[in-house]
Amino acid sequence: MDEPAWADEDAGPIVRPYALTGGRTRDDLGGRLDLLDLVETTGEEPERKADLGPEHLRIRRLTAEPLSVAEVAADLDLPLDVVRVLLGDLLRHGLVRLRKPASVSRLTDARLLKEVIDGLSAL
Amino acid sequence: MDSQPYSHDPVAIKIMIAGGFGVGKTTMVGAVSEIKPLRTEAALTEKSEGVDDTGHVRGKTTTTVAMDFGRITMREGLSIYLFGTPGQDRFWFMWDELAHGALGAVVLADTRRLAECFASIDYFEGRGLPFIVAVNCFDGARRHSTEAIRTALDLDPRVPIVLCDARSRESAKEALITLVGHVLDGVGSRA
Repeated sequence: MDEPAWADEDAGPIVRPYALTGGRTRDDLGGRLDLLDLVETTGEEPERKADLGPEHLRIRRLTAEPLSVAEVAADLDLPLDVVRVLLGDLLRHGLVRLRKPASVSRLTDARLLKEVIDGLSAL
Repeated sequence: MDSQPYSHDPVAIKIMIAGGFGVGKTTMVGAVSEIKPLRTEAALTEKSEGVDDTGHVRGKTTTTVAMDFGRITMREGLSIYLFGTPGQDRFWFMWDELAHGALGAVVLADTRRLAECFASIDYFEGRGLPFIVAVNCFDGARRHSTEAIRTALDLDPRVPIVLCDARSRESAKEALITLVGHVLDGVGSRA
């Protein structure tokens, strides 16, 4: 006999990682957090009312030196979108800052690309 | 948002390592950098628009996509980020995020299953993103000339093809250097 469903389709998706975000699946940054944006902890101390969880604090420790959003997610072993929500919280409270790195695309300058080739050759 | 001006903006170079499932993408990323798995939760019903058979995920509408992720630090403020694309077709939506702002892609191909890289090539051609094809020469894989492979892939003559061993650091470096050189040629031809 089938087990009775304890939650059906109407309950919506049940995804455990989002328990860390209070069920929020989107950051409130309007999707502006790129994979390669660099996150860096500010010197601000969190206020009690900021209501931070252990994951928030881990992000703060990880980003004492600037680290890309992708690396924060990989190091925390949490899904990217969960990390985006947590970063949104930290940004809102002024506890981290973002730096958008210059992304190198096809239109970039030749000098930089040559530097990359030299750098790769020297690895 | 709090963003301070910096005198030397860091530069991030994003390179995608693409190709069919099991073709050696993980191996190649790991050959040149530390490798970390990067997870993302995907809402299948929203993103895949009915092309998926989601029967095997027991009616749930989300799944986890894992990608391989590596970083090579060239110097302070200049890093290369490598992203192994998710291999399965149902994760195409993730490619758009990865391709955004990317310098280019290495498409890994296995001559025993050449058709597996067609979709990657179509994707990069369609987006106009520079790419090269790196043919992973597994032990025992039949060697083909790069010209035979070019014909089989119906590849533009300007797209470089290299033979590589994804396990080898030197070989993976050479593939990346070939890609950056290819991008550089494009910069030159527009000047």
